[in-house]
Amino acid sequence: MDQVLVVSFILSVMTASTPLLLAATGELVTEKAGVLNLGVEGMMLVGAIVGFAAMVHTGSATLGVLCAMLAGMAMALIFGILTLTFLANQVATGLALTIFGTGLSALVGSGYVGTAVPPLPKLDIPGLSGLPFLGPILFGQDALVYLSIAAVFAVAWFLRRSHRGLILRAIGDSHDAAHAIGYPVILIRYLATLFGGAMAGLAGAYMSLAYSTSWAENMTAGRGWIALALVVFATWRPGWLLVGAYLFGGIMYLSLYVQGLGIALPSQLVSALPYVATILVLVLISRDRTKIRLNAPACLGRPFHAAG
Amino acid sequence: MKRRTFNKILGAGLLAGVAPTIIRSASAADPFGVGFIYVGPVEDFGWTHAHDVGRKAIEAEFGDKVKTTYVESVKEGPDSERVIAELANKGNKLIFTTSFGFMNPTLKVAQRFPDVKFEHATGYKRADNVATYNIRFYEGRYVQGVIAGHLSKSGIVGYIGSVPIPEVVMGMNAFILGMRSVNPNARMKIVWVNAWYDPGKEGDSAKALIDQGADVIAQHTDSGAPLQVCEQRGVVGFGQASDMASLAPKAQLTASVDFWNPYYVRRTKEAMEGTWKSTDTWGGFNSGMLVMAPYANMTPEAEAAGKAAEADISSGKTVIFQGPIKDQSGAEKVPAGTALDDGAIAGMNWLADGIDGQIPS
Amino acid sequence: MLRLEPRGAYSRWWTYASPVLAMALTVVTSAIIFSILGKDPLESLYVFLVAPLVSSSGLPELFVKAAPLILIGVGLSLGFRANVWNIGAEGQYTLGAVFAGGLALAYPDAPALLLIPAMIVLGCVGGMVWAAIPAYLRTHWNANEILTSLMLTYVAQLLLIYLVTGPWRDPEGYGFPQTALFSMNATAPILVDGTRVHLGVLVALLAGILGWVVLTRSVIGFQLRVLGQAPRAARFAGFSQNRLIWLSLLTGGGLAGVAGMFEVAGPVGQLTPQISPGYGFTAIIVAFLGRLHPIGVIFGGLILALSYLGGETAQIDLGMPNAVTGIFQGVLLFFLLACDVLILYRLRLPRRAAGGA
Repeated sequence: MDQVLVVSFILSVMTASTPLLLAATGELVTEKAGVLNLGVEGMMLVGAIVGFAAMVHTGSATLGVLCAMLAGMAMALIFGILTLTFLANQVATGLALTIFGTGLSALVGSGYVGTAVPPLPKLDIPGLSGLPFLGPILFGQDALVYLSIAAVFAVAWFLRRSHRGLILRAIGDSHDAAHAIGYPVILIRYLATLFGGAMAGLAGAYMSLAYSTSWAENMTAGRGWIALALVVFATWRPGWLLVGAYLFGGIMYLSLYVQGLGIALPSQLVSALPYVATILVLVLISRDRTKIRLNAPACLGRPFHAAG
Repeated sequence: MKRRTFNKILGAGLLAGVAPTIIRSASAADPFGVGFIYVGPVEDFGWTHAHDVGRKAIEAEFGDKVKTTYVESVKEGPDSERVIAELANKGNKLIFTTSFGFMNPTLKVAQRFPDVKFEHATGYKRADNVATYNIRFYEGRYVQGVIAGHLSKSGIVGYIGSVPIPEVVMGMNAFILGMRSVNPNARMKIVWVNAWYDPGKEGDSAKALIDQGADVIAQHTDSGAPLQVCEQRGVVGFGQASDMASLAPKAQLTASVDFWNPYYVRRTKEAMEGTWKSTDTWGGFNSGMLVMAPYANMTPEAEAAGKAAEADISSGKTVIFQGPIKDQSGAEKVPAGTALDDGAIAGMNWLADGIDGQIPS
Repeated sequence: MLRLEPRGAYSRWWTYASPVLAMALTVVTSAIIFSILGKDPLESLYVFLVAPLVSSSGLPELFVKAAPLILIGVGLSLGFRANVWNIGAEGQYTLGAVFAGGLALAYPDAPALLLIPAMIVLGCVGGMVWAAIPAYLRTHWNANEILTSLMLTYVAQLLLIYLVTGPWRDPEGYGFPQTALFSMNATAPILVDGTRVHLGVLVALLAGILGWVVLTRSVIGFQLRVLGQAPRAARFAGFSQNRLIWLSLLTGGGLAGVAGMFEVAGPVGQLTPQISPGYGFTAIIVAFLGRLHPIGVIFGGLILALSYLGGETAQIDLGMPNAVTGIFQGVLLFFLLACDVLILYRLRLPRRAAGGA
């Protein structure tokens, strides 16, 4: 097969997988601290439109990305206040965040439909980016692609090897015991939630600034939910998140690619593949209850109220 | 509180509640009300945007004699019936419903408001007070095909389809016929996005088609994403529904631009003068409703061929769906010496020879 | 810092006052948003909340719009009480419409007295089939029902598009993606002349009442409530969690399916790719607004229907963007969740006693 076409296939898959990876990494940290934030889709959409708007008005991609992260954090803050301070039900609040985020992004975005921006600049490292085959893949994409992969390793190190990561995991597994030891449970949960928001905002920014360089209502099309599923798929282990994100990005891209080959399947069936795959993967992972129990944070989704 | 005070407050409250309706009916007598219902936002750079341009043309032409109202992003389905009825209720005498999915709601409301005239775009059902109108987009596709035939080195065009309806299918067939009139071995690859506007999927579809060897991209979807991908990848493509050159200056060859203005202005005049009748209008190049955006990024030879194709279609010299035409399976769909009539074109549900891909039967 | 102090018991007063407070806060926030958008807040509120009711077709349209929300909301409220989160009501609605629509297309000349009830049953079955999948996956494979039911909504929509574009396409429809219009026998009967109020509205109200009876006066209802509030107690009492999960999901699915049937047999009149403007998701808000209580859901449905109608009127009269409706609904849900804390906790200002608190 033509080498150029193979490379461009891989590049397209990387682009499709990056938003999934970014959002899932953030959610993994949030869940490890014991907080279940179902509002990923809403946070991604708000991040996407804010980042896009910032890019349109300032022309600076960096500013766009930063604003998107802040927007995601702002949404996560609303979630945090409702669930960590007001002790509202985390599932319902996460759903509310998604519905609100979808509506807010549509409202803000209605003035930006049809506008287009130049895509995020790709890296151009002299000597390396020009290498055949590996050059464009390893050194020729925009920075966020590599950032997403680096983030996975950074989070893995943080959770496994650092003292603060240990505290976070302890809070996720047993918040009463952690509180008794004297760790600030609510504060750490806030920080974890905000980190999840920042990453979701970043994922949204990637969608509107690199993946499709324009805005459309509901443009994430369920990717936030797939990111949530990826965290379960990876049984809360960052390394597996990388595998899952690329697997799903690949399936999403393939379902369009396959049509061009003229395969005799209804296009709607092929488009349904990523969603069906998500269900299958969830089922396969979840059936091992022991494994889930071992790796899932024991206090996931349970509100914490310090007695006294 | 005292009864007098209570009565005053109650009266004030009732007056405040009724005031808006009083004020509104006083000013409704004079200008001619024209209503529009859109399926998308007015800044969508495509379908709805072109209709809104038409609406503004009505305002420019008639000034104070008309008052236009529009409602955007109305979902097709039961909600649209309510919105159309509201527009009629508010005194609009001519209402344009600009998407196929508004067809049955328009007819239902038209029955309740026999003095109001309705214009339904891209539909096929009419009534005494419901007319239909559409553009022969496929003529533009043929011209695009001719240009692509001259420019494509691989001989493969990638076509991003929205939904497998006759309007899209006839566009694909016209394109490949135009392309094959220049390059008899040209082929077309299709990807169905199953939506009219989905920049993410449209961009990915463009990438997939380019990855499979297409070096010209055409689309029947509404966003600028495919052209942006073309710009990044160094291939060329055609814009859709409006001129997308600002999005992709090096990639856009031309675009089929919907130009509803002359039709809208004419129909408004007829409605105001009382000469309006229910008709079916399907305008092509020669009606002025279809315009090609300025040609760019192509060889002089391709440009000349495109312009000639436009003129020939407009004058009737070139009949696009004239036999012999074979479908994908090789069966002859249009025998030599005959041409498809409007009815057969409007119901087209087969793909011509040269297209890799399929539509449900 | 404000502190939250547990009351020790549910506050009855706040159980009813909390949604009212939430709505008041939402109205105030909406007024602020309208001002930011450059519109007069009081006029905007009038157009949004009052004008739809006083217009000539206002009240009947309100009920027509609320009917599917109420039907789905009742089903969801029972399930949410048991901590079974059915997020896929939208897909179950679609499948109900598909099953019922299929029958209508296959037997257009059957007598209405037989056809309509059969369509209702089939709509219910369709929704239940789609909800049975997450139920099965949860009870046998421990898969989270939130994600499975949600993924299935995307699949359901694609299935609908496939059917109306292919096998069920109207042969006289010039190839457009839609089925033939349902015959008169397959159209939901109109209850009030001159309006669009159809049988589904009555069924929705009845469902609310029936749901209330089941929840408060039946053993199953009791088990659902205990399962949600005290899962361990439920286990000790021998309530079968699996049975209740199945029941919750099937009820939610069945009612959503019936909602789908009435929408396509009523206002829509055929199967097209757009048979729902997101009822399955809005019904989640309706369920919470109604305090997860079937009678409350009826009121919640009417209020949310008002927000839809208000959004349309605001567009026509004030030129407001149509996303305003989504914001209103999201803000309402936020305030609802926040005000709920007052049911179990009371707010305490910081004490200024010597020594600090």
